[in-house]
Amino acid sequence: MQKRTLLSRLIPLTLLGVLFFTPPILLIFDTPASNGLSWLPLYLFAAWLILILLTALVVERSHEE
Amino acid sequence: MRSDPIILIIAFGYLALLFIIAAWGDRRAEKGRSVIGSSTVYALSIAVYCTAWTFYGSVGRAAEHGPSFLLIYFGPTLAMLLGWLLIRKMVRIARAQRITSIADFISARYGKSGRIGALVALIAVIGVIPYIALQLKAITISYGVLTSYPGSATDHTPDGLFLLDKSFWIAIVLAVFIILFGTRQLDASERHEGMVTAIAFESIIKLLAFLAVGIFVTFFLYSGPVDLFQRAAEHPELAQSLSLADVPGGSAGWVGLLVLSTLAFITLPRQFQVLVVENVDENHLRRASWMFPLYLFAINIFVIPVALAGLMLGSAAQSPDSFVLTLPLAAGKEVLSLFVFIGGLSAATGMMIVETIALSTMISNQLVMPMLLKMRSLNIEQQEDLSGLLLGIRRIAIILILFLGYLYHALIGDSYSLVTIGLVSFAAAAQFAPALLLGLFWRGATQAGAAAGLIGGFAVWCHTLLIPGFAQSGWIDVSLLNDGPWGIAWLRPYNLFGLEGYDIYTHALFWTMLVNVGLIVVVSLFTRQSNLEQTQAALFTEALRQDALQNTPLWRGQTSRGELRRLIHRYLGHRATQRLFTQYQPDTAARETKIDDDTLTASPGLIASAEKQLAGALGNSSARVLINSVVKGEALDLNAVLSILDTTSQTLEYNRQLEQKSKELARIGEELRSANDRLRELDRLKDEFVAMVSHELRTPLTSIRAFAEILRDTPNLNDEKKAHFLDVIVRESERLSRLIEEILDLARLESGRMTLKPERLDLVQALHQSIDAVARLYEERSIELKVSLARDCAEVVADPDRLQQVMINLLDNARKFASTQDGRVNVTLEVVGHCFRLSVEDNGEGIPENQRELVFEKFHQVEQGSITQPKGRPKGTGLGLPICRGILAHLGGRLWVEDPENLGGARLVMELPCAPDQRVITQE
Repeated sequence: MQKRTLLSRLIPLTLLGVLFFTPPILLIFDTPASNGLSWLPLYLFAAWLILILLTALVVERSHEE
Repeated sequence: MRSDPIILIIAFGYLALLFIIAAWGDRRAEKGRSVIGSSTVYALSIAVYCTAWTFYGSVGRAAEHGPSFLLIYFGPTLAMLLGWLLIRKMVRIARAQRITSIADFISARYGKSGRIGALVALIAVIGVIPYIALQLKAITISYGVLTSYPGSATDHTPDGLFLLDKSFWIAIVLAVFIILFGTRQLDASERHEGMVTAIAFESIIKLLAFLAVGIFVTFFLYSGPVDLFQRAAEHPELAQSLSLADVPGGSAGWVGLLVLSTLAFITLPRQFQVLVVENVDENHLRRASWMFPLYLFAINIFVIPVALAGLMLGSAAQSPDSFVLTLPLAAGKEVLSLFVFIGGLSAATGMMIVETIALSTMISNQLVMPMLLKMRSLNIEQQEDLSGLLLGIRRIAIILILFLGYLYHALIGDSYSLVTIGLVSFAAAAQFAPALLLGLFWRGATQAGAAAGLIGGFAVWCHTLLIPGFAQSGWIDVSLLNDGPWGIAWLRPYNLFGLEGYDIYTHALFWTMLVNVGLIVVVSLFTRQSNLEQTQAALFTEALRQDALQNTPLWRGQTSRGELRRLIHRYLGHRATQRLFTQYQPDTAARETKIDDDTLTASPGLIASAEKQLAGALGNSSARVLINSVVKGEALDLNAVLSILDTTSQTLEYNRQLEQKSKELARIGEELRSANDRLRELDRLKDEFVAMVSHELRTPLTSIRAFAEILRDTPNLNDEKKAHFLDVIVRESERLSRLIEEILDLARLESGRMTLKPERLDLVQALHQSIDAVARLYEERSIELKVSLARDCAEVVADPDRLQQVMINLLDNARKFASTQDGRVNVTLEVVGHCFRLSVEDNGEGIPENQRELVFEKFHQVEQGSITQPKGRPKGTGLGLPICRGILAHLGGRLWVEDPENLGGARLVMELPCAPDQRVITQE
């Protein structure tokens, strides 16, 4: 039986975080909304929160010592 | 409300509260009910990352450079995600080697080198003191804003009047606090529980303060975030303020800052202190890996609203760095602005406390102690108790650091905005990252490589960030920036080698990392490691893999207990020495002979643990020097370490194999046991069988013999009697031979040697023949036999003789057990699926439900009548039914007992499959 270690889940999550926070994806969201302000901050905060929640989910469900 | 005395009372009252909390934390720790043994407190203590720079500067940066302020927090978020890999490894090493600071850590990795330790300590002091100055500056500015609003605040009091400068007094109070709670014990690796408690408390305060001002601005000044953003959108000059275009350096600047903050989060001395040194349990890292980012998220969520609101307020909001204070002040909310001031104060003091402790440990352990040890003229080796001296050095270092910070702030603090100083410090700390991270994962990194990388990176940092900073503050001619040093254009600090288009931090990060990493790698490839270096490199890189290795004493040298005791006593004092030596008692034989400590050799474990104790107080390199002075011999070299590693992994492998083997053995044993049980049972059955057979055979034999003897001994027996006796003899002989026949049958059945000659035949016909055979017997007992057949012809494949034997046996049984008066037997033939079922039912007593399987066992006889009133002797040999069942099984059929249907007696059912199609048979 193969058991996934906590680390093997956290490393892909880190890569996801890098993807979230670096330009190619950012540029997609760096567009002005109808009122002229950029969507970027909203995207950044949303992506950040998602990343934190995913981490919490992974870490709290693991019982690895 | 905003008069000087009130603000001062509140500010110093807050500091007093910190003293109380820290004292409470220490008290709890002494009682063994530690407050900091929780992952939440751990996460809160890491939040010392958020300094006054975050508190005031984030809004400033958001106002000027859009969302780039968030990068300072994305970096740590990513670093914490990797914490389970990276920080856990560092924590484990630090625990095993009693590491006290990042300088100690890097020096320990590179063979406990004093040089590297001093280098790191020096870079840290130079890089971080401006950062401490920044905190004092933030306190001064916020105090100024608070007291003089709506007038503009002056940064600090006029020259020469530093006694009137509030930040000077704050620095003094902090110095007292740090000395009290940071240098209580000598052993720096024993945690500062009180201090950590106070830091966690400060983290809560600054978060609450920032949330308070954020909620006030968003929901009271404006009606919610939507309204605020709508109103901001009406200002055309703010239209670009939230997009990437506002970030200095664009995409490249974005990535550069992200990398910088990730590296600095791990390498800033205060972060190393809270993350690694003050860590109580590495499992706290799990929860902290999301809780700390969540804290960052919370403290940043209102930054953009506050920045936009400040920008919209216009000139009344003053400098963007003070928006958090001026917004409530402009609205007349003085209590709120006081709370914000306290929040800023807690952010600043928290950082200063931890940073100062970390730096003072570095200064005393990596800079001062090694120097004192080298100066023979001081005769430091000869002094009796040095622990007081050590604490003294550390306390002086604390005062010195805070004083330097204050001096920096007072003299050149004006020229920088908050963010600038912070990022310059970040870049300095990031210079430790290559030596640290490469050292953790690449065994080949050498001391010379690390030294070269650190020096190179630091030099480039000075050139691209530190010196240009001086130029900007007017200390050096600004032409340095525009024309380069000595007019050499390609050395321009902000455009090294003509590199254009990056912001200054990304630019500096690129060049420093290129030089730093490049030098470490290249120099490492061309230099060799000493034995100790190899050992340490192996210990560091394998830290997560081998626990056994970490606990193996790596000393081969020899010394006496007495000598070691005097050394430890000199540096750590009486109590620590007692503790250590009672832990490592000499063996009993040595104690009995009462040999003096001076002649007893110290065990390797004692030496290793003595070195660790010293390292906890003095740092690894000094501890190393001291132990070397009394121990003769060398540490294990790489080969020895590797062989330990190999042995451990081999042992593990053997263990695994052994475990597998023993599991297999257990399984085989289980099988053997069950086989044995079965054999025993069979043996018992055999014995029983033999006993029964002999018994059954003896009964007829006995009567034959008895009658034969009567015939022999009484010649004058009348003819009638004689005939009767002979008749009995013949009948008993018949019974005997039938019994033997049956036993033989059974033996053949069980050994599988019974030869059957199956052929197609009609079951109905066979049944009639059997009935004919028993008809006379039925008539004798006048039993009524009723036959009902579902078919006229039922073809089966069977051995005709054997089939008849079975049917006759069943019919005969029914006859025997049918009721004595008015006996009746029903024979029915049915078709069920592909089988014929022949059932024979009598109206006797029947077979009790629990005996229905037992009747098919050899010699089993159903008890007649009730148990209390047995009804005569059994009527058969007890072999008939087992034989029938055996024959039927050979023919592919079955035989069992069923519930009676009509007559209420026993009902035996035999089943045989229908014969296959004629066609199939002929084909065969």
